[in-house]
Amino acid sequence: MKSRAITWLVPTIYIVFLMLPIYWLLNMSFKNTNEILGSFTLWPQTFTTENYRKIFTDPTWYNGYRNSLAYVLMNTVISVTVALPAAYAFSRYRFLGDKHLFFWLLSNRMAPPAVFALPFFQLYSAIGLFDTHVAVALAHCLFNIPLAVWILEGFMSGVPKELDETAFVDGYSFPRFFVRVFMPTIAAGIGVAAFFCFMFSWVELLLAKTLTSVVAKPIAATMTRTASTSGYELGLLAAAGALTIVPGAIVIYFVRNYIAKGFALGRV
Amino acid sequence: MSTKTLNHKAWWLVAPVVALVAFNAVIPLMAVVNYSVQETFGNNQFFFEGVKWFDAVLHSQRFRDALGRQLLFTAIILAIELPLGVAIALAMPRKGIGLSLCLVLMAMPLLIPWNVVGAMWNIFALPDIGLLGHGLNALGFDYNYTRQPGSAWFTLIAMDVWHWTSLVVLLAYAGLSAIPDAYYQAARIDGASRWAIFRHIQLPKMKRVLTIAVLLRFMDSFMIYTEAVVLTGGGPGNATTLLSIDLVKIALGQFDLGPAAAMSLIYFLIILLLSWLYYTVMTKDDES
Repeated sequence: MKSRAITWLVPTIYIVFLMLPIYWLLNMSFKNTNEILGSFTLWPQTFTTENYRKIFTDPTWYNGYRNSLAYVLMNTVISVTVALPAAYAFSRYRFLGDKHLFFWLLSNRMAPPAVFALPFFQLYSAIGLFDTHVAVALAHCLFNIPLAVWILEGFMSGVPKELDETAFVDGYSFPRFFVRVFMPTIAAGIGVAAFFCFMFSWVELLLAKTLTSVVAKPIAATMTRTASTSGYELGLLAAAGALTIVPGAIVIYFVRNYIAKGFALGRV
Repeated sequence: MSTKTLNHKAWWLVAPVVALVAFNAVIPLMAVVNYSVQETFGNNQFFFEGVKWFDAVLHSQRFRDALGRQLLFTAIILAIELPLGVAIALAMPRKGIGLSLCLVLMAMPLLIPWNVVGAMWNIFALPDIGLLGHGLNALGFDYNYTRQPGSAWFTLIAMDVWHWTSLVVLLAYAGLSAIPDAYYQAARIDGASRWAIFRHIQLPKMKRVLTIAVLLRFMDSFMIYTEAVVLTGGGPGNATTLLSIDLVKIALGQFDLGPAAAMSLIYFLIILLLSWLYYTVMTKDDES
């Protein structure tokens, strides 16, 4: 019975540790500025939703969320769509330079965004895409496509080759087989790949901020501006931060049974 | 591997991926290489300088200091997060509502935008009104992360442990859940100790996922930028100025393109080389 207690204790302590900073952020977001700066309180004494109201009524704020969601969704669709056939090729065929290609793709995951910030700005300015959602969506392909290929390849290698062969014997053409038979088979894998693309595009800021100024500005960049120019509006900042957790939480809930699998099935 | 058929037409299936990634990787990389060997005095006039910038960067005390801090940071992160992640994964419930709850709650930090992570810890650690800072000072510690290098390092490491340990947990858990029950039953019949089960059954089964975990944690902690910059801004002084923070200061702050580009390439090559070495060593047994 003693070991059973420990089994619950360790994850519980860890989760409490994870939740404390998040609780503190929520706590701050429901306080007014006077209370935040005036005293140390464990929960809001003067409960206010003013900070959230401001975000939902001020376009410079809520447009930030719309911009972020727009490029994240675009990137997820692009990444998964092009990664699907490529992952199929890597899992089913040998071809000239396949191993080198795979390592080259993954090596882009190792490029520090700080290295690419300036050339990205110049490249996307030169082709006239600066400050558009498309620019950020395309830029995030740099690390999301290799990741999607890697995850999907892992899932596809788990599907026996007989499935393909039987389908071709039955007279399926390749595109029809791929969409009607193969994709439903690896639906979980597609979900996991989409989850990871969503995740890494949603949390990235350096490139997103470099490639936008006004029209396509992500929420995270709006937050940094507030922190630096309009004084110390901690409550507002906390509310904006708390709201950025929501989309992630929703997505996690849907893929909770596959998150762990998603990592494990890929090969490096 | 041998079941794969040789088919060069498969290139058509990979072509879109190659085109998109090459567009984002090759053109900017060539631009960086270009800057790294040239000098400019404005007006878009460039002069070839050879390896001058590389020489300057490699011999500068500033770069060496930043690299030293970066290596120290990454070493501490790996030393804490890996054992901790494995320990938590071992203690996690195996099924039921407890498991779902663990997975969902533990994955939360991974989906919070990086600057929000920084801002959140900034607020959490404020010495006067943050829970962590206030608590530590109330317990008698002299803690102020904006003034003391020690406190800044402590906060930075605590933040990264908070942010990324779950990744190790998820990976280790995935490795553990792939072990068939029969293994444990056999171990129980043999009367194996808890340690023996871990050493001879669980650890070998986790080898592959832990290889991935080390690789991802090494790469990402070596590239850390946004969270650290929002939390400490590299301060106090230069105490927490890690490589990428220094790089952005030089490139976008001072607009010293040549040195910044040379530094970028050295930085990228260090990550690439270490990852490749590690990966080659770790997978050598699998090949034979």
